[in-house]
Amino acid sequence: MKYIDEYRKKDLILAVAEELKRVSTKDITLMEVCGGHTMAIHRFGLHALLPPTVRLLSGPGCPVCVSSQHFLDTAIAYAKIQGVIITTYGDLIRVPGSVSSLEKEKANGHDIRIVYSVLDAVEMAKVNPGRKVVFLGIGFETTAPATAAAIVEAKKADLPNFFVLSAHKVMPPVMKALVEDGVRLDGFIAPGHVSAITGTSIYNDLASVCRLGVVIAGFEPLDLMLSVLMLVKQFESGTPKVEIQYQRVVHQEGNRIAQDLLNRVFELKDDRWRGLGVIPGSGLKIGREFEAFDAEKHFDVNVPEPSDPKGCICGLILRGMKTPADCKLFAGACTPADPVGACMVSGEGTCATYYKYRS
Amino acid sequence: MRSAEEKILLSHGNGGKMMHQLIGNLFLKHFASEALSEQTDAAILAAVTQEIAFTTDSFVIDPLFFPGGNIGKLAVCGTVNDLAVSGADPMYLSVSFIIEEGFPMKDLEVIVVSLAEEARKAGVSIVTGDTKVVNKGKCDKLFINTAGVGSVRPGNRYVSKAKGIQPGDLILINGSIGDHGMAVMSVRESFNFRSPVVSDCASLNHLIKEILDQSQGVKFMRDPTRGGVATVLNELAGKTKLGIEIDETALPMSKGVTAMCELLGFDPLHIANEGKVLIVAAEEEAGRILEIMKKNPLGSCGAIIGRVVDDHPGKVVLKAETGGKRIIDTLTGDPLPRIC
Repeated sequence: MKYIDEYRKKDLILAVAEELKRVSTKDITLMEVCGGHTMAIHRFGLHALLPPTVRLLSGPGCPVCVSSQHFLDTAIAYAKIQGVIITTYGDLIRVPGSVSSLEKEKANGHDIRIVYSVLDAVEMAKVNPGRKVVFLGIGFETTAPATAAAIVEAKKADLPNFFVLSAHKVMPPVMKALVEDGVRLDGFIAPGHVSAITGTSIYNDLASVCRLGVVIAGFEPLDLMLSVLMLVKQFESGTPKVEIQYQRVVHQEGNRIAQDLLNRVFELKDDRWRGLGVIPGSGLKIGREFEAFDAEKHFDVNVPEPSDPKGCICGLILRGMKTPADCKLFAGACTPADPVGACMVSGEGTCATYYKYRS
Repeated sequence: MRSAEEKILLSHGNGGKMMHQLIGNLFLKHFASEALSEQTDAAILAAVTQEIAFTTDSFVIDPLFFPGGNIGKLAVCGTVNDLAVSGADPMYLSVSFIIEEGFPMKDLEVIVVSLAEEARKAGVSIVTGDTKVVNKGKCDKLFINTAGVGSVRPGNRYVSKAKGIQPGDLILINGSIGDHGMAVMSVRESFNFRSPVVSDCASLNHLIKEILDQSQGVKFMRDPTRGGVATVLNELAGKTKLGIEIDETALPMSKGVTAMCELLGFDPLHIANEGKVLIVAAEEEAGRILEIMKKNPLGSCGAIIGRVVDDHPGKVVLKAETGGKRIIDTLTGDPLPRIC
């Protein structure tokens, strides 16, 4: 398949692995921020191809993992309101809130439906004028433009029964927060699809102020190996900078249309991250022009602030300061089938990955 | 042909005149078996001298019609294959329908016809059955249960029990993986794209008989349905306390399935099949089994996909096309509910 096969060629990947071995002389710790990257690294077994000097940490870039319990508790509270249809991407369905999950509430008879596109939720609102359709907006700068487009479409169609509960987040503040928190890192493998929208300038501070390398990477194994090589070369020569590996998709200035759409519909807000707490300016809320579509403005529910699960150290794991082996709940009270903390929630989380590989 | 408006009514399941008409005009007409036409409360069957294998399966697939088949065909293939991979020659099936009031009679006939056709192809007789009609909204359109009886081949009675497997044994499959799950996915109403993927739904008993007739080297067989190839191999690794190594480049896969899995983020090893059999065979016999397989249209894309190893006991490891390795786990959760 075009754009896939050529980036999975074994001989090219092994050649990069050889080159890495040759140029990497000092220990280096890199964080792949995005859950998609974590998954690709494991799926293609790239750890086995890296030299012992290179250590990869998984970051907080899996939107399912970091969606707060409060967000899920709110979604569940909406689901219980007469006449409401909750629409969500399938990934969220099993994620636990503080006492229940969408999957359990669906079994209790509440109307919770999986959609593959936010536009399906808009369509659902059109054909069910007597019902209120709430879309659960999760994801970073990658999925937020689609939600923004749907909200604009709903306004155009004058839909009074379509709402979005936004947990959309932006990437740079959390990366900065990790560094300021004292996580020991030498560089970031940054998500290519985020920069396809935002461009590269969002990382300039990380390189110039924090002196960390940032390489914007694609999602195929050759992309990731090349990105690691680029970061190792920057590190070895002491020249951290922002570089694009994923050049077939990412341009320096990003996608202006999508950026305009995001700016028009959303405003930055301080947002809750599961396991990490509130990070200033890290979330997207619906701005005034479109507030008629903001579920939080429309529905009056009182959802108490949940406390973090007892004994869970996901916050430290997400910062790369502890490993799952340090957690008392790991593989006992907390398993992929019955997750407690953020890192076990999604198959791409650090704990879920460790669980899979435990001996 | 029936009129487009004719619907199943509650009276079609109440034991009265309409039910007898339905049985006579639809089920007896198409199923045409001697035992069934007697219309006794239980089928009376000739004694078999061998041990018997007995299995049951319920089919709740949504949608009822999908590229490559429908719930009727699937209801035969599923049960026939469960018998065949247990080392039995399938002989008899029971078929029970639970139908939602208002179900189009025309659709029911299409489903019954393909069920009967698949049974004929597989060489099994439908000898008993049941029909229930439930109120609108009390079941989703149509559910089918089939149970099956087969006579166990005396030389192959352990073939489903994973005994005698040892390091060095090879693992074969009779063709491409993931077709059924992705074909069903592509026609889900909420899912708006066209795909060339066709379900592999097929009765495998003739293919399996050809293999077992000509080779004594088969040590284990299983059909990788829900949970896919990964789940069967993990069960096998767990049972035998041996490791399993799969070679990604050897896995047969259609372009359509590859593309859909890439797009939706599924692992094809977790996607259901309905016309595939995984075989573990002694190393020296595997080549011959592959040859036999390839002569049958249902095995023409067969391949040796991996081997049983001493390393990593209880785990399934995939040698990735990129040269790396990863552990293949059993599916947790369900990416595609109601695929069979």
